[in-house]
Amino acid sequence: MSRRINIKPYTALFRIRFTNALQYRTAAIAGIVTNFAWGFMLILAFSAFYDANPEASPMTFQQTVAYVWVQQAFIVMFFMWFFENSIFEDIESGQVSYDMVRPMDLYGRWFSMAAANRVARAALRCIPVLIVAFILPEPFRLALPGELGRLGLFFLSMALSVGVVVSFSMLIYISAFFTINGLGSRVVVASVGDFLAGAIIPIPFFPDTLRVLAELSPFGAMQNMPLLIFSGHLAGDALIRGLILQVFWLIVLLLAGRALMGRALKRVIVQGG
Amino acid sequence: MITLTGICKDFRVAKRQSGFGRAVRALFLREYETVHALQNVSFSISDGEMVGYIGPNGAGKSTTIKIMCGILTPDGGTCQINGRTPWRERIAHVREIGVVFGQRSQLWWDVPVIDSFELIRDIYRTDHNTYRKNLDELIEVLELSEILKTPARSLSLGQRMRCEIVASLLHDPKILFLDEPTIGLDVVSKIAVRRFIKSLNEERGTTVLLTTHDMQDIEALAERIILIGKGQILFDGGMAELESCAPEGATAEEMVAALYKEYEI
Repeated sequence: MSRRINIKPYTALFRIRFTNALQYRTAAIAGIVTNFAWGFMLILAFSAFYDANPEASPMTFQQTVAYVWVQQAFIVMFFMWFFENSIFEDIESGQVSYDMVRPMDLYGRWFSMAAANRVARAALRCIPVLIVAFILPEPFRLALPGELGRLGLFFLSMALSVGVVVSFSMLIYISAFFTINGLGSRVVVASVGDFLAGAIIPIPFFPDTLRVLAELSPFGAMQNMPLLIFSGHLAGDALIRGLILQVFWLIVLLLAGRALMGRALKRVIVQGG
Repeated sequence: MITLTGICKDFRVAKRQSGFGRAVRALFLREYETVHALQNVSFSISDGEMVGYIGPNGAGKSTTIKIMCGILTPDGGTCQINGRTPWRERIAHVREIGVVFGQRSQLWWDVPVIDSFELIRDIYRTDHNTYRKNLDELIEVLELSEILKTPARSLSLGQRMRCEIVASLLHDPKILFLDEPTIGLDVVSKIAVRRFIKSLNEERGTTVLLTTHDMQDIEALAERIILIGKGQILFDGGMAELESCAPEGATAEEMVAALYKEYEI
């Protein structure tokens, strides 16, 4: 079997999924409103915490504010529970038949679709959130990182974290072949995973043991990294270590996902007539 | 050339009994039942043939098609299509076949139909000239020029089905599997689809395997009929042979009903 690498099918799929996702303007507007409400709530909660005891905090208030706004701006890229639901639907309904009669690798196909969905929705939603966050009064204003290099590292780390989030989600998509309806386990995994990723409280605020575990886990290689880089909390060796860990988890999850896909396709049962 | 020899496929189906107590019990102890979807299915189809694959609901038609498309792996038997085993060399195999699952859609719901076609072109890496030529031809024959810019969700079923057929033919497949291509269509669309399939087979020599419950499809299209029931091939022969085992002057529908009755399926 020839194994020529040609990415055109995948980029084409990325493009059409992107265009498809761009159509949902109302959903984007609703999302943006939620982002603001949630962002303010978090920042107010943290500000109460900082007023009480500023010394006890592992991050400065400025860093926390940056963490929250950038997280809200790019929320659809970072949060696991923004699943590509069409994949679950395809498996549950048997529509996956059509995906399997295409001369392309199913893993690559779903990966492109899931990544495109996240990037497209983030593209729609990030700009308004960022603009407002940049013009808010101090101390709630979002500050850009001082150095350009840090901004570059942020984008690199963000790309890696989208890769880690999508490749982790791929395991959940593929497991739908085995469970038929895994809504329950999906919700549990996504909630626990997002918590450990620092979606609710940044990982530096975790108690020590949990913090180290979360940092080393694949969840720590998700939003935690780009957000801590942007806010300026991570620097030097710790930053490099974190990036290496992101690459490590990305590779491990890709390999695990491909292996699981291979097994699933061997015993696949396509639903429906 | 399609050759199936002794294909078997079983499905394990979880048995559920009614009642709350039984449902709770099923959480811990699952009982399974094995359904023999295909038992020793063998047939071969030569290049350029047009075959109607018929049988009652649940007989195994779709399972056979899915095996021939490389989607399902059978539990036993061999299948060779143009020298390949579909499920072992899925990607190389599917490049040469076209498939329409009448009950599903391969078009992207929210984007214009033409975007779906272009995606399919990119996925199959069809070169631009072939794509252009096929598209122009198909659009003309199936009268689709007006709706190319319409999103699939706004199409009528008849329009959509014609687009589905176009989508399956853009990459010049040698073999076309049609799984209930006329399901739910009105008379005009049905006739258009049939006429088109016939001309495709005659002019391009595309091998066509078609499943349907509509006997008029079969009368209009198939020179040969394969009947499957309860996972076994019961009849394989020409229209004339079928007529000979049915009462005089019977319609195709009545002949098939007589066959179903004879084989108790």
